[in-house]
Amino acid sequence: MNPSDKKRKKQKGYALQSDLRTQTELAVMIGPGVISIIVFSFLPLFGLLMAFKHYDPISGVKGIFTSPWNHFDNFKLIFDNFQFWPMVKNTLGINLIGSLVGIPVTIIFALLLNEIVSTRFKSAIQTITYLPHFLSWVIYGGLYITLLNPQEGIINYLLVHLHLVKEPLQFLSDPSYFWGLAIVTNLLKDLGWGAILYLAAMAGVDQSLYEAASIDGAGRFKRMFHITLPGIMPTLMIMIIFAVSGMLNNNFTQIYVLQNSLNLPASQVLDTYVYQTGLLNFQFDVATAIGLMKSVLALVLLVGANYASKKITKSGLF
Amino acid sequence: MVGGKSLGDRTFSVTNTVIMVVIMIVTVYPFWYAIISSLNSGIDLQRGPVFLWPRIFTWASWRAVLADPGLLSAAWITISRTAFVTIISIFYTAMFAYAFSRPYLKWRKWYMALGFTSMYFSGGLIPSFLLINWLHLYDNYWVYIIPSLFGGFWNVIILNANYKAIPDALFESAKLDGASEFSIFLRLVLPLSKPVLAALSIFTAVGIWNDYGTTLYFTQSNDLQTLQYLILKLLQTSSAVEQLSSSASLSNPAVSELLSLAQGQGEITSRTIELASMVIASIPMVVMYPFAQRFFISGVLLGSVKG
Repeated sequence: MNPSDKKRKKQKGYALQSDLRTQTELAVMIGPGVISIIVFSFLPLFGLLMAFKHYDPISGVKGIFTSPWNHFDNFKLIFDNFQFWPMVKNTLGINLIGSLVGIPVTIIFALLLNEIVSTRFKSAIQTITYLPHFLSWVIYGGLYITLLNPQEGIINYLLVHLHLVKEPLQFLSDPSYFWGLAIVTNLLKDLGWGAILYLAAMAGVDQSLYEAASIDGAGRFKRMFHITLPGIMPTLMIMIIFAVSGMLNNNFTQIYVLQNSLNLPASQVLDTYVYQTGLLNFQFDVATAIGLMKSVLALVLLVGANYASKKITKSGLF
Repeated sequence: MVGGKSLGDRTFSVTNTVIMVVIMIVTVYPFWYAIISSLNSGIDLQRGPVFLWPRIFTWASWRAVLADPGLLSAAWITISRTAFVTIISIFYTAMFAYAFSRPYLKWRKWYMALGFTSMYFSGGLIPSFLLINWLHLYDNYWVYIIPSLFGGFWNVIILNANYKAIPDALFESAKLDGASEFSIFLRLVLPLSKPVLAALSIFTAVGIWNDYGTTLYFTQSNDLQTLQYLILKLLQTSSAVEQLSSSASLSNPAVSELLSLAQGQGEITSRTIELASMVIASIPMVVMYPFAQRFFISGVLLGSVKG
């Protein structure tokens, strides 16, 4: 399409399309979604007022506005709670180690998968490694709870019968295993799926670069390192930005399934604590305050990570 | 790949293939283990785990689980909400995205601001809980439907990027023929967006099928339990039993009923009941996703790369 065509289209388009009937139709089409956004995303924002108030659940929705302000008492309560810092440690520990292990492993998997020549074998690997992504955390977590069971689980059976351990390991009831359990199951569940984006980025790398490099004598690993890796850099940066901004967000659905009263010292994270204080102990104001702190920090981390990424690699999310 | 077949190359290929096979086994085996264990006699399973194939094959646990009224009612809740939400929300979101994709839409910037704000700011769990209560959706079947009708602004962005791939000339000629916006959407845009709609439908369906949070946060009646929630309670009950911790909150009539199917010393034990429910509840997703796989790349990657 040449520029004059474009101009003509724009003028004619506006004359044709900006009439009242068109706009009414569009409003009817966009309206239901707008109502959904306002009701389910914007109305809850008013509830954040509870974080700065002394809120009694009995006072209902009206109470959000009428309850007395208590300034930062809810926040003081949180920081004075002896359970708070261990929770922060669990949250950050699982997420940080999870990302530090998970991102490189997923990239290595994608790099290796990219080197598979047979398309059929490649797509078979992909289909099979996608499987856990489509299982719920209840099922996937449940599978591991069964596999790791000290009495009947196959992993302990093998460990004991191969004389690697004397006693079955208490994977689920000993807190010292919990971080590892959360990190490994998370990695295994999304390894195949997580590789999709990297593979797509690799497919976009100019093939002639590989040919030129191999003529120059670059081996397979050199090509991977100097051509493929820079090619997926923008995708990698986006993944890192997401990981950084999600640092305080644990996967509630995962943690809650794997959590039990015995591993609680290592498995209580901010998200499960919000659920417990809010919906089980009805301390709505305190739970909201934790939630608010989390989302504010997440936003700061998102903007900060994006800024850093743009400074360092010149590519970012926005 | 380019380059000759040197010894190093061949070593690499073999090692790489071995690594991939190991990864495939590690991914699939837990699921396979659940299948064979659930199809094995329960009392035999207590003697030692099965590895590749059931030692004493029996459908007993599967039959017991599939005949259990509590589980069937949970399955019905899950199936109906998944079907309902998937069908409506795809249409609802695609329609929103169509109007949003029109450059001549009035107040388009405001809608964009609204959408992006909804992506980055959220009230969190407790304010949502109060909202659900206020709307009288608490402990109500509609809590599974109404809040999920709009598929979220992220899906709008993906759809918008896909709509952009439709040539402008098509819209113009439809407009010149006097087609209304509705008919352009229904007759032109929807048929041309099948791959992305298929991909988004699958993601929505998987998300709804696998969700247990809504049940956990916003319901309390036993007859509103979903499959995933029921299985979660089953797992929590048996782990509580194993750890000899008695927690009152774990007593759940549907779970007790399901566990009462176990005959203590017979073919069916609480372990096989657990595994059979887990396998049965994941069958629909496991069967569906390989067929849907071709849409993922064409539908969603296109959107995210172009967007």
